[in-house]
Amino acid sequence: MTPPLAPLAMPAFTATSAMGTGLAATREALHARRGGLAPCDLPGMPEGIWVGRVPGLEEVALPESLARYDCRNHRLAELALRQDGFAEAVAEAAARFGAHRVAVVMGTSTSGIAETEAAYARRDGDGALPPEFDFTHTHDLYALPRYLRARLGLRGPAVAVSTACTSGARTFLEAQSMIAAGLCDAAVVGGVDTLCRMTLHGFNSLELLSRGACRPCAADRDGISIGEAAGLALLVRAEDAPEGTVALLGAGASADGHHMSSPHPEGLGAIAAMRAALEAAGEAPGEHGVDYINLHGTGTRANDAMEGNAVRALFGDRVPCSSTKGWTGHTLGASGALEAVIAALCVADGLVPGCLGVETPDPGFGVDVAVANRAAPVRRVLSNSFGFGGSNLALVIGRT
Amino acid sequence: MRCGIIGVGLLGPGLPGWAASRAVLAGEAPWELGEVPLLPPAALPPTERRRTSAAVRLALAVAAEAASASGLPPDGMETVFASSNGDGAVVGSILEALHTPGGAISPTQFHNSVHNAAAGYWGIATGSHRASVSLGGHDDSFATGLVQAAAAVVARRVPVLFCCSDAPLTPPLDGRRPTGAIFGAALVLVPGDAGTVLSVEMADRAEPASAGALGPLMAANPAARALPLLQALAAGRVARIGLPLLDGGAVVLGVEPGAA
Repeated sequence: MTPPLAPLAMPAFTATSAMGTGLAATREALHARRGGLAPCDLPGMPEGIWVGRVPGLEEVALPESLARYDCRNHRLAELALRQDGFAEAVAEAAARFGAHRVAVVMGTSTSGIAETEAAYARRDGDGALPPEFDFTHTHDLYALPRYLRARLGLRGPAVAVSTACTSGARTFLEAQSMIAAGLCDAAVVGGVDTLCRMTLHGFNSLELLSRGACRPCAADRDGISIGEAAGLALLVRAEDAPEGTVALLGAGASADGHHMSSPHPEGLGAIAAMRAALEAAGEAPGEHGVDYINLHGTGTRANDAMEGNAVRALFGDRVPCSSTKGWTGHTLGASGALEAVIAALCVADGLVPGCLGVETPDPGFGVDVAVANRAAPVRRVLSNSFGFGGSNLALVIGRT
Repeated sequence: MRCGIIGVGLLGPGLPGWAASRAVLAGEAPWELGEVPLLPPAALPPTERRRTSAAVRLALAVAAEAASASGLPPDGMETVFASSNGDGAVVGSILEALHTPGGAISPTQFHNSVHNAAAGYWGIATGSHRASVSLGGHDDSFATGLVQAAAAVVARRVPVLFCCSDAPLTPPLDGRRPTGAIFGAALVLVPGDAGTVLSVEMADRAEPASAGALGPLMAANPAARALPLLQALAAGRVARIGLPLLDGGAVVLGVEPGAA
């Protein structure tokens, strides 16, 4: 078969979610086991649900020259890139490789659709949308990578990935292919998704929303809490970063080919994606250097049961696993990128974060679900993302 | 980046399939507007078949034509689905429903609203477990989608089915994002020099390629930016095709017909 793609170093990364703006706050919340979910106070949302809302987005201002991109999603992107010296690290990469050699590959499921939802409420007597509504620079999926490319002064390829809840993770694999194919020397990857009515009412229509803070992997789990987040990473060839920099070691993707919104019950697609990621990370079958699995773990009955089966099939009960969605909620197209950043923090800190708010993990999984934080050497993290349309993606994050 | 094109699919007004449209594309027959036949995908189970919209039927039809022409098993190819609008009709209908009293939306419509709905139905129809990615891209959807498809072929040495398609949005969104016609194109790309050799490169700038008599169609649908490439393939001629991008830079395609 094909030789695996070379690992890519992550010399800069950042995350902003309900549990914290930037890495320091995220790290603090993980160690202190302080989640960011709260009862939903946004107007026009389903009754009695909890969400993971990023505080202060309403006050974030985009640069004046990019004002036409103004919407909740790009405000979150803007807030995120200001943290942890991320924009500065990208500027350094652009100076080193040339702005045209740095790509932007961004994942989102709904982009700035909240702007369209608001515009629908302001339709005129003929049903036309208000003149100030700018579809192309807000709702359109391409708006997110275009905004970041312009904001960061880059001139490389811009790519908008939208594979539902695997979008953010998939950008890492796209960037790996692009760098291997010689299209660019560095890539800004990640995902940004924000709370909107379509998503919340959509999951409500599927009767998948929890009535409290979601509790993935709990025996009595009762559904998802939706959140919003931005996860961003700068990827370069391993030789272009200091030795020991945390890296994307491998990525694997698969399709279920089973159903649009229900996972394959045995998790065949999930197993295929995890296996592909492990192979891409250079692991021989049966020899697993993985010390922690960050589950997709949404908190629905079906997803978590499927994922438990899939993890058990590959690892038995040998590797501790957990979902961090109890802190952030399910941040959809951003979740894979957010959790790749969390994985990098777990490697740096030697942390296995235990599921929040879970007393009894589902005994049916037959895997080692961590429900309290554990301090342990974490060299490699396997991070899972699964989405509607039967889309599966797994990343291996760690040290080379 | 270089790869081979070994299968093509096409649907658009007056372009009822790749094989049936070659003369029009090659300039040997006049282009006459006609209805675009969008049949429910026969490969899907009846429940799923009923749930497919025009946008999904369009994508699956061109993907199936290209896959069949390639001779490769459809479940053996990775896929790249590019679309500016995705399933705009479904998204539009959800937006309407959100503004009715109660705001309840249909669960089926919700799972069909994801941008990778066509990819999901393709996986179900073919039983494929291969990796699949769905991309947006506004007016650059065809160019950037083809770049990602070629990158996958070159970097991972796998056959890739690339499908680029768009159907019009519904009112009132279509007022802000007009799409004048349905159009879809698909290519099966393989490593090496099989079939017609395609080169795909990024450039600082490029003269925009023209679609000649089909220019109005190319302007009416972002996926129809594929037309100059399809015309070169139909005529079997060497071509250099410039596709300038919205924010500067361009994708430049080179076409070298194979010895066969």
